[in-house]
Amino acid sequence: MKKEEVPQDACKTYSGHKKLIYAVDEKGHYEGVKSSGWEVEGFATEMAVKALDNQLNKAKQDFIQGRVSPVAYYAPLFRFDLMSLAHATGFFQWQIKRHMKPSVFNSLSDKKLQKYSDVFNVTLQELKNPVIES
Amino acid sequence: MSVIENHVVHRQSSHCESGVVANMLNSQGFELSEPMVFGLSAALTFVYLPMVKVGGLPLIAYRMPPKSIISSVCKKLGVKLTSQKFSNEDEGMKALDKALEEGKIVGLQTSVYWLPYFPEDMRFQFNAHNLMVYGKNENGDYLISDPVFEDVVTCSAESLKQARFAKGMLAAKGLMYVMDKPDNNVELEVQIKKSIKKTAKMMSGLVLPFFGIKGINHLAKKIDNLESSSDEEIGMFLSNIVRMQEEIGTGGAGFRFMYASFLDEASQLLNDDALHEISQYTTEVGDLWREFAMQAVLYCKKRKNIKLRDVSDSLRLCAERETILRSKLLAWSKV
Repeated sequence: MKKEEVPQDACKTYSGHKKLIYAVDEKGHYEGVKSSGWEVEGFATEMAVKALDNQLNKAKQDFIQGRVSPVAYYAPLFRFDLMSLAHATGFFQWQIKRHMKPSVFNSLSDKKLQKYSDVFNVTLQELKNPVIES
Repeated sequence: MSVIENHVVHRQSSHCESGVVANMLNSQGFELSEPMVFGLSAALTFVYLPMVKVGGLPLIAYRMPPKSIISSVCKKLGVKLTSQKFSNEDEGMKALDKALEEGKIVGLQTSVYWLPYFPEDMRFQFNAHNLMVYGKNENGDYLISDPVFEDVVTCSAESLKQARFAKGMLAAKGLMYVMDKPDNNVELEVQIKKSIKKTAKMMSGLVLPFFGIKGINHLAKKIDNLESSSDEEIGMFLSNIVRMQEEIGTGGAGFRFMYASFLDEASQLLNDDALHEISQYTTEVGDLWREFAMQAVLYCKKRKNIKLRDVSDSLRLCAERETILRSKLLAWSKV
């Protein structure tokens, strides 16, 4: 990529930041050039963020209507999926799936709940009674 | 709270790990560019692991696993690397303070998600982000040189602790490290040759079909097989490849350009025109990776009648050219 071809698409996902990309000058030598984003990359990022937001909104509705436990709400809020949450808490994925049921969640000991508190960086009180951000 | 500000050279970098190594050595007066660090560590590769899922999508990487750049460069240059992990969080923070008081610049492995200075859309659960701490201000906030940012930043002790001790895959466990520049002159020429040979050898892939050129072809086949999937699934799969390629840690094309920059610098150091030609060829390969990203996104947007086969073909072209690049590098390193 030539220096003048380095994309400067001022991507929303960069929030005003710039990234460094190595590009070629007229003599064929490299130097670092700042880029404010590439529209192609921005599209892919926005698509991923949108998918995560949809997931979160669904979890929020399910939680408000009592279909799922706070674990199911907090996981997408903090950008966890089942696998990363399993790694972080030490629970198995099937255990976490169970913990997402309100009845099972309500019967969990504080010791087990504490693992979720630590990973989400919230208090036990906040874990049990999430304040839903709109 | 005493204010500490150790001497630091902060140069924005393309990638966190190679950036930290370069900046850490530059801060001690040992000049080394980021591309040189990246090239010497022979970290350029391709990995497609369909069975490891991140957010439900397969893992795709364009470089060697985290920490391999740090360890291989230190080994090659004779840099003394001292690293420590902690089971107790407060001890981990105390050790950081002590090292700062001793005038050191400290490298940390952290989770991107808990670093408040990251833009919202770029925060995700990734535990292997590298940065350097060079001091502490009057509020007790840490002074940080994060290589992928334009300028130095600050971070509260609370957030930094959270980021250092976040649990999960690739958990940092508070990892901190200090480097001492080598006493002797380093024979860069010898190391450059060795590392180019290693990179070339790795490019053909290992026995398994997930690495190097084999891995790229494997991924192309997988894209062809998406034909029967829903539009949404195809969209997520393709945009994930582009995101991994372009965004997360500078990506496929970015790493190819950085490698080309390394070859360019090496050609000037060794006064070797052949190497400069290979650098230009590597640039073309990087451009093809960008072309592939563009095709994938155009497909998602349903523009210009692009078919899945066109997308996978543009990826196959990358594989084909990387095969040629490999033979060029190998031939050069044998002379």
